[in-house]
Amino acid sequence: MKTVSATDAVALIPNGATLMIGGFMGVGTPERLIDELVRQSKRNLTVIANDTAEPGRGIGKLVDAGLVSRTIASHIGLNPETQKQMIAGKMAVDLVPQGTLIERIRAGGFGLGGVLTPTGVGTIVEENKQKVQINGKTYLVETALHAEFALIDAFLADYLGNLSYALTARNFNPVIAMAADTTIVTAEHIVPVGLISPDHVVSPAPLVDYVVTN
Amino acid sequence: MSAMDPQTIIAKRIAQELRSGMLVNLGIGIPTKVANYVPSEVKVFFQSENGLIGTGPIPEQGMGHRLLTDAGGRPVTALPGASTFDSAMSFGLIRGGHVDITVLGALQVDAHGLLANWMIPGKMVPGMGGAMDLVTGAKRVIIAMQHTAKGKPKIVNTCTLPLTSARAVDLVVSELAVIEFTGGRATLRERGPGVSVEQVIAATEAQLAISDQVPEMRL
Repeated sequence: MKTVSATDAVALIPNGATLMIGGFMGVGTPERLIDELVRQSKRNLTVIANDTAEPGRGIGKLVDAGLVSRTIASHIGLNPETQKQMIAGKMAVDLVPQGTLIERIRAGGFGLGGVLTPTGVGTIVEENKQKVQINGKTYLVETALHAEFALIDAFLADYLGNLSYALTARNFNPVIAMAADTTIVTAEHIVPVGLISPDHVVSPAPLVDYVVTN
Repeated sequence: MSAMDPQTIIAKRIAQELRSGMLVNLGIGIPTKVANYVPSEVKVFFQSENGLIGTGPIPEQGMGHRLLTDAGGRPVTALPGASTFDSAMSFGLIRGGHVDITVLGALQVDAHGLLANWMIPGKMVPGMGGAMDLVTGAKRVIIAMQHTAKGKPKIVNTCTLPLTSARAVDLVVSELAVIEFTGGRATLRERGPGVSVEQVIAATEAQLAISDQVPEMRL
């Protein structure tokens, strides 16, 4: 793990990159990395996240700046700008049931090709997907997702990269920490090694490549 | 009985379905109001799918925390005994049948209890969020909705809007009626305050099974 500035961390991300970004309506989203992506004007991004927050907040800032060409998310209902760009054909949006989205990400990080889920069977979500029967029940085959970068917001990080999270800001963060080539973390507090009790480490240090200095 | 607004009737009636110890997930809108009418002796665990069990009321001014919100991103409180977890765990709880009751809104419910509640093609495409997982996985699915929209029945023969799940809902509570879906048919169980069986039938497109006695909701 290396500590870097937000500027240097985001400089690693090329135009056209696929990013998994933590957060749920902006709670648990690494705002400083978002702001830096906007400042460095990284274009043509694919964003995999629960939602696109709202204009002016979290992932919504990337959408506002027109930097996102594709979004894979479960909900965009609270961001009219995302909907506008989708309808105008400026952004491709893949809508995925929330439980399926997080499992596809988990599968990507856990070395699985995908998961079998009953969610979406009998709905338009099943279109063009393989179905399997197990013990008489029908499941959809939902394939794993992977990204080049995971952008994480933690509550505590130590100087090895161990992470713990706070309250409802945990959400997608520990799951995406497993599913990308490079993991970049902002943390509310960066603390000495040993201060986070082993029982309270949620994302173990070897998963983390960069912690952004405070 | 003095006039109670439709949303209050619905929320009060659904609150009667909750029992101590249940894990309950409330959707946005009328479902959220159910929490206001749970009797104080009934202790349920409310789940917010963004990763919280033990969700409490909206905090008083100045008592919220920016990292503690509900699934709509609004500040909430965590009651003593609450727990937080990631989204994989949250949806494992939902899909895995650990949620006893989910209360959701609806655009349409068909004669067999199939639900459409997440999109209007060409008009409203917000994404399904957690709705498909909740309907597919919760032990009991209760729909909280006004009986009609712009005068048109929402309980229809066949949904014209995209379905949420292949799993039928268990109960629909509107300001006019409590309708149960068991064995693939709609049965009128209760009437709303001051509402006649004929009024319910007139406001419902789907065929209802009706017993001799249809009591009025006790609110």
